[in-house]
Amino acid sequence: MRNMYTILPTVAAGITALAVLTAGPAYAKVEGDSIILGSAISFTGKYSTNGIHAKNGYDLGVKIINERGGVKVDGKTYKLKVKYYDDESTPARTAQLLERLIKQDGVKFFLGPYSSATTKAAAPIVEKYKVPMVEAEGASRSLFTKGYRYLFAVLSTSEQYLASAIALAAELAPKIGKKPSDIKVAMSFENDPFSLDVRAGVIEDTKRFGMKIVVDDKMPRDLSDISPTLRKVQAVKPDILVISGHSKGAATAARQIKELKIDVPMIAMTHCEAAKIVQKFGKSVDDYLCPTQWSETLSYKDDYFGTAADYDKLFKATFKGYKNVPYQSAQATAAVQVWKDAFERANSFDPMKVRDALSATDMKTFYGGIKFAKAGNNIAKPMVLRQIQGGQYVVVAPSKWASHPVNFPRKAKD
Amino acid sequence: MSAARQGFDSFEKNNRKQLPFYIGLLAFGILGPLLFPNYTLQIAILWIMVLFAQTWDTLGGQMGYNSLGNIFFFGAGMYISAIVQVGTVYDVGLYTSASGAGKASFTPDQYYTGISLGILAAGVGSALLAPILGFIMFGLRAAYFAIGTLGVALAAGEIIGAWQWVGGGSGIAMPVYPGSADGRSEFFYWISFAAAVATFLVLRWLYTTRFGLAINAIRDDEDKAEATGIPTLRHKIVAWSVAAFFLGISGAIFGNMTGFIEPLEVAFPTVTFGIFMVAMPLLGGKGTLWGPVLGAIVFHVVKEVTWTYLLGWQWVALGLIIIITVVFFQQGIMGWMKEKWPEKFGVVIDPVTAAESREEATR
Amino acid sequence: MFGNIQLLIAAPALNVQLLLDGILIGAIFALAAYGLALVWGVMNVKNLAQGDYVILGGYIAWWGQKTFGIHPIVMLPIACVLLFIMGWLLYLLIIRWVINRDMFTSLLATFGIAFMLAQLLNVAFGPEIQTAQSGMTTRTLFATVSVAEIKVVSFVLCCVLAALIVAFMKKSRMGQAIRATAQDARAARIMGIDTERVYAFTYALNAAICAAAGVLISMIWVIQPFYGITHAIRSFVIVTAAGLGNLPGVIVAAFGLGVAEQYGGFVLGAELQQVSVVGLLLIVLIWRQIKLARLRQVVQ
Repeated sequence: MRNMYTILPTVAAGITALAVLTAGPAYAKVEGDSIILGSAISFTGKYSTNGIHAKNGYDLGVKIINERGGVKVDGKTYKLKVKYYDDESTPARTAQLLERLIKQDGVKFFLGPYSSATTKAAAPIVEKYKVPMVEAEGASRSLFTKGYRYLFAVLSTSEQYLASAIALAAELAPKIGKKPSDIKVAMSFENDPFSLDVRAGVIEDTKRFGMKIVVDDKMPRDLSDISPTLRKVQAVKPDILVISGHSKGAATAARQIKELKIDVPMIAMTHCEAAKIVQKFGKSVDDYLCPTQWSETLSYKDDYFGTAADYDKLFKATFKGYKNVPYQSAQATAAVQVWKDAFERANSFDPMKVRDALSATDMKTFYGGIKFAKAGNNIAKPMVLRQIQGGQYVVVAPSKWASHPVNFPRKAKD
Repeated sequence: MSAARQGFDSFEKNNRKQLPFYIGLLAFGILGPLLFPNYTLQIAILWIMVLFAQTWDTLGGQMGYNSLGNIFFFGAGMYISAIVQVGTVYDVGLYTSASGAGKASFTPDQYYTGISLGILAAGVGSALLAPILGFIMFGLRAAYFAIGTLGVALAAGEIIGAWQWVGGGSGIAMPVYPGSADGRSEFFYWISFAAAVATFLVLRWLYTTRFGLAINAIRDDEDKAEATGIPTLRHKIVAWSVAAFFLGISGAIFGNMTGFIEPLEVAFPTVTFGIFMVAMPLLGGKGTLWGPVLGAIVFHVVKEVTWTYLLGWQWVALGLIIIITVVFFQQGIMGWMKEKWPEKFGVVIDPVTAAESREEATR
Repeated sequence: MFGNIQLLIAAPALNVQLLLDGILIGAIFALAAYGLALVWGVMNVKNLAQGDYVILGGYIAWWGQKTFGIHPIVMLPIACVLLFIMGWLLYLLIIRWVINRDMFTSLLATFGIAFMLAQLLNVAFGPEIQTAQSGMTTRTLFATVSVAEIKVVSFVLCCVLAALIVAFMKKSRMGQAIRATAQDARAARIMGIDTERVYAFTYALNAAICAAAGVLISMIWVIQPFYGITHAIRSFVIVTAAGLGNLPGVIVAAFGLGVAEQYGGFVLGAELQQVSVVGLLLIVLIWRQIKLARLRQVVQ
């Protein structure tokens, strides 16, 4: 019997020791001269492509701000530091990891995860613990109707993504001899919160113009084959094909549109840059319309990154393999800038004071103006619509920013 | 019956020998959140894992039906509770509509009524789904049963994802706990702990009854069991219903703990939780009372440690751990302990049975 | 849904199109599934890492094209050889300990391998979606049906590979040894067959077959480190539906799965692709069960 009584305490002690180990090094919100920002982001799973884009953006923001003098609070200079966890692209994990960052690592300031789904799981937690989060990658409109007070988003909300593409289709309808109300719309969306929100926006817009929705499909779970939908598109010959499925959906769609020679006068798709479709599919993606939160050709600028074009250059020099800088990275960097600005204006590390400073944010960055509405969304920056012309992304709408006319109708290309 | 089984049985029927297990676990359960208040929710998820492992073992270990689709009941419970919790106050279709129907709040009364009803409905609802599924699935044996149930779980995620009324792929934002942040952690901790303990006690009792012997007989030889007059289908369905009842409850708790649910990643995570619930009892030693519990604890702790320290390599580490355990500890932790200290498990070393037990281990 | 069915009736050519798409892709599924049937039948290993070998093969093709500009089809034999070696090593390290154990032991061990491979690929190549370019175009037949040339090429390659494997199994010493071992391992051992070597060879051969399927997938679909599991599940569904040791069954089931995915995606919506596949699987399984029950009654 003696053995049994000695094993069990050992086992119990082992479990306890391991439990303590899981804490990791004990971080606090401010440690020495570092301010710790926490983030649970997707390194693995279905959102991982964009999770890495966002992480690169955060890291670049932190690096440049630290190099150029850090953050000055109450006469002392601090460096920024981000503590990451991998949320495996599932909201279930996001909720757990945020708890862990708050309770075990003592983090009080947060950068958002990637995707609306994970942000939806994060928002109630930061709200409950009254710790502010600046997020750059959760665009779902429903995030800003729940009255959250600790959630701030630097990006424009989901219904704006494809609104200008639909408006453009209505405007250009006469060119193919149709009335806007004769336009037939085909849609293929990933079955996740973000893409479905974009879909809801598109449906509202099409109703406004009286357009007809002829194909309304969702993508399969693993996003590796949408050919049944595209066959339908071939059969019913719509005037505009609208696609949204993060990077993986975009890459699959671009590949299969090329392979099946889908010939639609207008193709509008989200996440073109993040999926690197120009690099991968060359000429075949010419004349795609791609909504973007940010473009390196816009005239925004700030003291840290210079103009949007300067940021573009800096990003490409820092991270290998980018032909176009995805806006997911740019807005992540902007989120770090918002934190710096808020700390300095609050001149304190008290989460309440920092939150108030955040809500009073009104700044110009290379990413565009940032000013939060009461609900936490950014109202100082429009979305732009770009078209891929000759392998380059050029702005075609809204007219204030447009540098090129739209190519319409599009012809299928190899 | 083999020597190994006798060993476990005599151990599991002797409460005095198990006493240190009970004391250790209860002490950990009760003192855990008091000693490590920052870990409350992490330990709460540990209890959910313990529940997963035990309920899988009811079929996999005790009855010999290896299901890969038990996660179906977890997801079903999660959605049933969500519908009940939202439905008692709002119109579910409006609440979940993708355009965002505005702020929906719950008073504390509405919340507590909703969650109590939700958890109950999740358990009962899942338990009622088990017979429906059972009639179809229990015709299948061995690997066919495993793949068939896996398919059901995969399909369930897609079907819920296509169901607009519950929000489809947009998911449902669960009602928010009305109290403080720490109060919330403790609230979910105690219901998770209670669910795991209740599961343990009910299963422990069940395995000592005639019913327990009958499902063991089904595992050892189903055709012979049927020949001796055991109504096998009825027994199989009842066993699955019991497992489904507790799994449904765990889904309801987990959904509320997460705060936001959607079908593909949260409710029916077939290749993560769905596989973990198989790995844990195997790690601990399947077909035993304590094996699944130990397996779940070890698995969960190891997973959390690798996710903290080996970020970027965590799946590699987890894969390695799974491989090493199945290759070198084929009988699980309980089997390994039994071999190390056979007398503690009431095994009398007798050359004949020892040889038999070795033979079984290598079969 | 009914609109979609009407569309199919109104445009019969669409049916030809969907059937063709399904059969061409089904040929690749058949390859991977045949590999699984082989290891399952011969050594009773349920290889959940199947899909990850497929993806790994795809990555080898993609990497060869990206770094050296080699055409993916040229990379096919190279990928097969590499995966064959890897399969042999994995057999020596892991698989030989789990042969003929309880069914979940092999399932879990290979699941562990799958986890590791997926993340190693992620570390090595990043999580982005990749595609290998075949450089071929798409042809339109009879003005209504369009076929990508690469799909036809891959279909032909699948047939050639299948013929090679069947010939190998029938004619070569090793092939005969594999079949003997599958029938009765103990008897094979008595007859002087080195079953350890047979097992190692079988497992390595399976990995090589998967690699071939992966190279073709990388040119037709897309690859990504975490896509392995869906391919593994497809293989399992095919082998389960076909029944063990039933080669023609595997081919029919694979084509059936390819067509079911296309039709299911078209009629029910692509988000229910897996539902249609699983539905079909359950129907097959239950139908077989009913037949079995009848048989039992007849025997009684």
